[in-house]
Amino acid sequence: MTSAGTQFTVLQRSLHWLMAACILAMLFIGVGMVSTIMPKYVPLLATHKALGIAILVLALIRLGVRARYGAPALPADMPEPMKLAAHLSHYAFYALMIAMPLIGWAMLSAGAYPVVLYGNLRLPAILPPSEALHTLLWNAHFYLAFAFFALVLLHLAAALFHGLVRKDGVFESMAGLPSHDERAPVRQSAGMVRPG
Amino acid sequence: MPRPSSSSQPPLGSLALIAAIVAAGAGVFAYTAGWLSPHRLTPTKLVDAFAPPGGPALGHRRNHAKGICFTGVFESNGSGAELSRAQVFTRAQYPAVGRFNLGTPDPNEPDAKVRVRGMGLQISTPDGEVWRSAMIDLPFFPVATPQAFYEMLRMSGSKDPDAKKNFAAAHPEFAVFGAWAKSAPWTASYAEEPYHSLNSFIFVDNAGAEHAVRWSLLPSAPVVPISDDDLAKLGPNHLEQEIGDRVAKAPQRWTMAVTIANPGDQTADPSKAWPEGRRTVEVGTLVARQIEPERDGPCRDINFDPTILPNGIKVSDDPFPAARSSAYAKSYDLRTSEAKDYPYRQQTAAGEKP
Repeated sequence: MTSAGTQFTVLQRSLHWLMAACILAMLFIGVGMVSTIMPKYVPLLATHKALGIAILVLALIRLGVRARYGAPALPADMPEPMKLAAHLSHYAFYALMIAMPLIGWAMLSAGAYPVVLYGNLRLPAILPPSEALHTLLWNAHFYLAFAFFALVLLHLAAALFHGLVRKDGVFESMAGLPSHDERAPVRQSAGMVRPG
Repeated sequence: MPRPSSSSQPPLGSLALIAAIVAAGAGVFAYTAGWLSPHRLTPTKLVDAFAPPGGPALGHRRNHAKGICFTGVFESNGSGAELSRAQVFTRAQYPAVGRFNLGTPDPNEPDAKVRVRGMGLQISTPDGEVWRSAMIDLPFFPVATPQAFYEMLRMSGSKDPDAKKNFAAAHPEFAVFGAWAKSAPWTASYAEEPYHSLNSFIFVDNAGAEHAVRWSLLPSAPVVPISDDDLAKLGPNHLEQEIGDRVAKAPQRWTMAVTIANPGDQTADPSKAWPEGRRTVEVGTLVARQIEPERDGPCRDINFDPTILPNGIKVSDDPFPAARSSAYAKSYDLRTSEAKDYPYRQQTAAGEKP
């Protein structure tokens, strides 16, 4: 699943940054709404549901795009444990991006809550009402949300480490402006200037 | 942090910058979560404030814990359609499920000890919309804001002899509740009680015009006043027995009356009843046809969250529905996670294992 280029495609980068904004908003809305009784609780909850389903849809699209276009290879000089961590963290991202909205939707279903996205747009229940399932899913949604945020911070730290310390082109593969491979053989040069 | 190849100087500045950025992200998250704001009124605090000195009744609603389910229909007469586009106001019958309850955190409190009675109600329409509400027989709320309500709960649990006096001084509206509690007649039946929305909501009509309203369910049954002493003599659970017997003999009815605010009427303060003379539209009749114990009843797992509204009804600037929604969700999450403590489980288990 690697592509020849040094950068993700424009479509992939657009999806990444759009979803980054959505997911960060989602995590902050979630943790904020459950700690307030102010009037903003109602619009925050409504936004959380609609945005969650939007993230689910985007994540499925992104999974397809990733399968189609792959990803640039990691630098050859990256230590194996770091490569493994990079791969595992991305599996975790895809798993959470898809699972969290489904868990939330299932939790509302098990709690006999209507799932209203906007106006007349509603989703059907995907589980029958059940105290036990509601509790299980509530706990999963709650703890996985913190795991998700921790993963986001880890991802941010790793991206900055690539960009500021290793300067190996990994950061630019998602964050850099579009560039032509032949004009910016970023990884090659990054590897070359660090002979040790 | 390890580096694949060493450079002449460790990039301490870069690492410090990364650490600072990550720490800032975590800090903003912690702030949003309220972890840095111990004075924020959270749903957890509000729900905990209901708990009696011995702790909450596990597995039960954290307030209005004592109750009984009913099912029936809402017979819409079509008159509400001029005010709201929600299908529930189109002339037809819609299934209803609800719960008569007492405003107490103790599911075993004797009836005559609880001044406030309530009804949770859910009406479903064929278009898939759901309208939930949680109403009480008190025609206004004791306090003006959710924060004041929290302070009221804290006052009730306070050992300070001056707590009530201080609270009443800070919240003059509370005296109105005191007067009501002393003077309003008790009844010996859930069927003789009115149930009021208390909060203001916005009805949106087909043209998109908005109407600020409150609604009440007014009983068809004649009201027979009784003293609380005489009610106590009828037994600690008289209300549930009585409503079961009564509905078994004949369905019980309430007229739903929607009151429309005049321009200038405030909608944000449920402790202030609107003046007399407001236009009122009778939009239909709630009919309770069957009573079922909460234990196995259809109302047991419903959170009667007053912000669960069909398209055509929405919250107003009244801050209470949001606060109630947030706190009800917390109560629901707690009680559903404590299902093993609810008598339902124990009795079922005992019944199934001879």
